[in-house]
Parts: sequence; C-alpha cells; structure tokens
Amino acid sequence: MKYTVAILAALTMFTIAVPAAEPRTWPADSAYQLEATLTDQDGRAQSLDVYAGHSVLVTMFYSRCPATCPLIVETLRAIEQATPAAQRTQLRVLMISIDPEHDTVAALSALAKTRRIDTSRWTLARADAADVRKIAAILNIQYRLLPNGEYNHSNVITLVSPSGEIVRQSSVIGRVDQDLLAALGP
Amino acid sequence: MTTKDANGRDFRKGRSVALALLTSVVFAPISFAESPAVAPRAAIPGGTFESVLPPAPGVKAVTVAPFELDRTPVTNGQFAQFVRENPKWRRDRVARLFADERYLQHWRTPTEPDDTVERQPVTHVSWFAATAYCEARGARLPRWYEWEFAAAASETRADARKDDAWRQQILDWYSKSARGRLPDVGQTPPNFYGVRDLHGVVWEWVEDVGAMMVSGDNREQGDPDVKRFCGTGALSMEQKENYALLMRVAMLSSMQARYTSNTMGFRCAVDGAARKTSRVSAE
Repeated sequence: MKYTVAILAALTMFTIAVPAAEPRTWPADSAYQLEATLTDQDGRAQSLDVYAGHSVLVTMFYSRCPATCPLIVETLRAIEQATPAAQRTQLRVLMISIDPEHDTVAALSALAKTRRIDTSRWTLARADAADVRKIAAILNIQYRLLPNGEYNHSNVITLVSPSGEIVRQSSVIGRVDQDLLAALGP
Repeated sequence: MTTKDANGRDFRKGRSVALALLTSVVFAPISFAESPAVAPRAAIPGGTFESVLPPAPGVKAVTVAPFELDRTPVTNGQFAQFVRENPKWRRDRVARLFADERYLQHWRTPTEPDDTVERQPVTHVSWFAATAYCEARGARLPRWYEWEFAAAASETRADARKDDAWRQQILDWYSKSARGRLPDVGQTPPNFYGVRDLHGVVWEWVEDVGAMMVSGDNREQGDPDVKRFCGTGALSMEQKENYALLMRVAMLSSMQARYTSNTMGFRCAVDGAARKTSRVSAE
C-alpha cells in the first residue's frame, strides 16, 4: 500500500512535471512563443500568454501620455461594450507599457484605480526595456523616446487569438473600429 | 613570435597553446581560445554630436554615453557556435515569428556554415536572432546613435563626416554591387576607436530599429507613418550630404524584426563602465 502510494505520487509528479518542463507548443506565428516577463498592476509576474485561451485586445501605451492614454482606455472599453455579450465575457485586455522607467507597479496600480479598470479581465503590465522592444517588434509597434521625456508611438490595438496569433490590428482610436469588432464576432 | 590575425589581434600561437595547457590544469573551465591580446570590444567615449536623425524638431544635439562596441561584425563561425549552444535558433527549429524563411539559408547544415564563410560576417539573421546572440554574450545590439557616433570616425579622426575624401570612399562602397562575395571581417583599417568594418562590408542591425521611422515631433504623437518617411521625411533627416548614412537608415527602416537579408549582419555592444555602475546603483 505504502509503495502504491509512492508510485502513484511519483507518477503524478511525473505527469505534472513533464508538461511544465516542456514549453507549451504554440502555432508557428503565435506571439506567445516570446519568452517575456511582464509584471502586472498588482506586482505579479506574468508571461505574455497571461490570457491564453481568450481573445485579447493588446495595446502598448505609457501612463504619462497626456492625451492619448485616456483615449486608448476609453476606446478599448467601447470595443468591449460593443462586443456581443457572449463574446464579451470571454474577451480580455492587455495593456503593456513602453515606459518601464516611469510605469512602475505603483503607477500602473494608480492608473487602474483612476481609470476604474476591472483588473479581473484587464491587465496593465510593465516589462524591462529589452522585453518591451521584443514585444513591440512582434506587434510591429514603433516607438521612440523624445528629448522632452514623452514617447512617440504607434497607437495600435491588436486582436490576438486564444493561441496568440495576431488576428487584426487597428489604429482607429476614439471610436469603435467596426472591422475589428467584426473580427471579434462569432 | 607575434603575428597579427585578420582582426589585427596579436596571436602567439605556440605560446598560447603552451600557456593554455599549463593553465588548464589550474583553471580548467577558462578557455584561452577566446582571449585575444586586444580586447574584442573597443571603448567609445561617447559625446555630443549632430545625428542625421535629429531627436526632435529644433533639437540637433544627441548625447551618446560611453559604450563598448565589437571591433568587427559577428562572423558565421561565431554565430554557429551560438546556434550549437542554443538549438532553438537553428534554421530548422526557429519559430517563424522570430526569423523569416531565409534565415541562415546560406549555411551548409543547420549548425555549420561552409568553411569558406567562417570568418565572413554572418548575414541572413533577423533582429530577434541578433538580439538573442548578443544577450547570450552578456551584451546587446548597439543603438542607432551609438552606431552612428562610432561610424563617424575615420582612421585618424573621431568625426570625419566633413571630410570629402573619406565620404567619397564610403560612397564608393555603397555603389558597388552587393552580389559579390563578402570579405572576411577585419580587412578594413581600424577607425579612430579601433573599430573595423563599420562601412564597406554589411548593413548592421541596431537595437532601436523600431524607433527609426518615428517622428521626433510630438505634435504628431501616435501617428508615425511610413508614407511621411517616404514622402517628406518623417524624421526630418538632416545633413543630406550624408547619403551613405541615409541609405543605411532607409535600409534599416524597411526591415521588420523577423526579416533577414544577405547584406544585413550585426555586432554587439555593452554600456561603458561608468554607466554600468550608475545602472546598478539605480536599481
């Protein structure tokens, strides 16, 4: 009996350990193949596939941005609102900062509060500068630090499939992009 | 007996073998194969200069902090070593997300280039692969301003950009066909800082290639647009006499991070000593 338990325990460990050790296999063009470390607004370490299994709207931003940041949040919210209820509950939002120097966990947390962001379905995240560049490269987002400390960057909302593939990108900000909405549809 | 190899590095063959044998008893894990008499990276003091890409409208000066730059581009031989150590970067295993179909296509096998190209700069590498190589070596890709700063030097002057003869020499290379065989690295004379091959061999990836298309005008926030680059010049590029650099900017701007090309290689850089210290203390 003792041995059976030991063997069972060993088997269980084995079956659990093997998939954990092997990286998950994603489609060849899945963004989730990138090993990047994100830290969310609550200080938790996450990976880029934090919302794997869900459709995700991904955008890159920086919280000090005077004008467009609030607009991006409102645009994402508007897309969410416009999505049919059945899909809406499955939809997730991932906002990744391009400004690791200023967008600390505390700054992201404060932003989540001021913008009343529901962090059960949205994640605000930071990453170190090297990972930010890689994520931006995969999403084909260009950004540049200006001498005055602001960033110039492409405002792009990317719809990512449950397995990490880029489904559609939209640079429409300030209203709901109907084509993006259609891509989200059933 | 001291000779010089293609990099201009002194190598004392007989002596270093004897030394390695002797020392390997004491310091077994340390390899002397990679310990050239000249450090593989040159120290660049940094400073303030005018770039072809002004950082913002009305702002001309760019300040580059001290850094160290590889004296020569990374070779096929060096990259093969990296690929053998990191098999996920083999051409038959790499994720398409990180490198296009032509990645390392010129190699004989997924882990071996032909002997004849061993000392040629590696090309057909994506930005992701170049970045991974530098990271594995505890380094990073140089940033554009760093690259441009180092590349402004002739053999004798830190900033030779106003020297017509030097500029013509560079233009001559750009006008040559890209179809010929690539030279081995280290064949061009070292510049003021001891860096070779910045001109005349290959294009080179930079860390911030994704920033080069973006306008420095924050009134155009959130609207970097390729069309403006092609039309009136989003980056309001200045010093238009520097065609060679502008071609390089155009080439880099046309590359996505997963693209590879038979003329695009890279070299690595690290922060200068002073900066490293301040980074550590900031963290």
